[in-house]
Amino acid sequence: MRRVIVVLLVAASLALGACAHKRPKPAPPEAPDASAGAQGSGANTANAAAGADEEGAGPQAGLLATKVVYFDFDSSEIKGTGTDVVAAHAKYLTAHSNTRVRLEGHTDERGSREYNIGLGERRAQSVRRALLLQGAADAQISTVSYGEERPAVPGHDEAAWAKNRRVEIVYLTQPLAPKQ
Amino acid sequence: MSGPRAIAGALAVVVVALCATRSAHAALQIEITSGVRDPVPIAIVPFARAVPADGGLDVAEVVQHDLEGSGRFRALPRERMPATPTRADEIAAPLWKGAGSDYVVVGRVSAMESGQVAVDFDLVNTLTGARLATQRFVGAPGALRNAAHRVSDAIYQKILGVRGAFATRIAYVAVDGSPPAQHFQLIVADADGANQHLVLESRFPLMSPSWSPDGQWLAYVSFETKHSGVYVQLVRSGERRQVSARAGVNGAPEWSPDGRKLALTLGGSSGNPDIYILDLASQDLTRITDDPAIDTEPVWAPDGHSLYFTSDRAGSAQIYQIGAQPGARPKRITFGGSYNARPRVSPDGSQLAMVTLDNGAYRVAVQDLASGTVRVLSHGRLDESPSFAPNGATLIYAERDGERGALATVSIDGLTGLRLKAPQGEVREPAWGPFSP
Repeated sequence: MRRVIVVLLVAASLALGACAHKRPKPAPPEAPDASAGAQGSGANTANAAAGADEEGAGPQAGLLATKVVYFDFDSSEIKGTGTDVVAAHAKYLTAHSNTRVRLEGHTDERGSREYNIGLGERRAQSVRRALLLQGAADAQISTVSYGEERPAVPGHDEAAWAKNRRVEIVYLTQPLAPKQ
Repeated sequence: MSGPRAIAGALAVVVVALCATRSAHAALQIEITSGVRDPVPIAIVPFARAVPADGGLDVAEVVQHDLEGSGRFRALPRERMPATPTRADEIAAPLWKGAGSDYVVVGRVSAMESGQVAVDFDLVNTLTGARLATQRFVGAPGALRNAAHRVSDAIYQKILGVRGAFATRIAYVAVDGSPPAQHFQLIVADADGANQHLVLESRFPLMSPSWSPDGQWLAYVSFETKHSGVYVQLVRSGERRQVSARAGVNGAPEWSPDGRKLALTLGGSSGNPDIYILDLASQDLTRITDDPAIDTEPVWAPDGHSLYFTSDRAGSAQIYQIGAQPGARPKRITFGGSYNARPRVSPDGSQLAMVTLDNGAYRVAVQDLASGTVRVLSHGRLDESPSFAPNGATLIYAERDGERGALATVSIDGLTGLRLKAPQGEVREPAWGPFSP
């Protein structure tokens, strides 16, 4: 990891040096506000996100080992084994009240990209509501929709699409801050 | 739902160390997929060169490439040219008429004492011998390719009566690899795919680029914080700022015609996407839609008074129009078929481009807003993200060419088209920039 960072820094400084004489020196970046999250300052890449929300493996026993819920086309209804998977995670979150998860909603590649962001969010919210109804607390859950941007599998047929219409339950390592 | 939470410091300027001249991928490869049956025969004679001030650029070749790529012209091959004039008075019109060309273009590149480079050209009708156009473009040596595109624009306008859009730029997203090792790049290039410039790269998705009306800024969505955020970035310097990273979805930014506002989609903590208008100077947020459906993909009418957007409020995705002020009531615009989404409006406001579900395939269609007539213009299975050229004559969109995403263009009459492919990885979400001054 450290080596990667060094390489990136060298690459960034090379990139800077290469064009420094072609344009006025930019003003120093203002320190990003903590609440705005990590931003891609100081490099031409936007990858400074790691650190704030490190991902862990999460619980592995029984149904808890399954951390993906699948959906039908253009639907956000939790069905079949997905119901049991969500129930198991709800039970776990209720029993471990300082554990946090991020629900990542995804769609298949069909349809427009921003509409699919909306659909992925709807799926993540569907899982969120099911978790809340079964005892998890709002503060334990965050959601994000990647729409069709991060498919689980490549391919452009129904078999691939079925695996990509999903919500991933991602356990985060940073526990919920204890209530004051 | 509670109003989206504004994040303090959202407007903090973050300078991204971006090299304006840094190139991105290798150039896109162009293949012409369709053209008109009777293209205009034209001869573009090699221009007189200014070595080394022209940097080795063959201006006539760029012009020929532009005009043939439009599908409306057929250029005389150089080996069949009867002569090599560089001035209008050196052209023997009957000779060129005999070679099958209705028009001849001649020109000269010359170095000026100021250090700039001048491009002069003449357009001659071989039937009448009349000189139709004579023009000079002056610029920095590095802008010679742009000058060549301006020559193409002038010829296109003189012969076809429509302003050419060759001297414009496109923005698009290039993607390599698959998760978790995806690599996203936001790229700006000339409209012919050449002259690429890397705007931003990320391991997390970059989406939905939108040009400011002055062509200086791009708005886009980045997931670099593992959460969606809307950013605006000055293309030339790389300076950028985060303008929205509220709870839930932050997406689909589209610049207003006056350049002062963004229409965008915000989901809030309850996750219900609605359309908002963000004033870029004051950061004031105005809610436009309030519906439990997915409301997204807003785009401004050219007069700035209304927005078109996608909503599934009637059960399936359809396009609606709504006044750009709070409390306005939406009016449904599309009625044909079960899926119409991602609207874009032609520069004159008369046509709506969109993605439509056509016999099980997602295709680019254009709806005439006055008559309601819909024409499907593309023929792929997963075509998306149409964007109008600033002259309204052509659309650029994304298609899937086998396993890979490519860009394609189609003229509004459906007669001409070409494909732009990256040598590796895929390219998607093209946004055609405005005319440059």
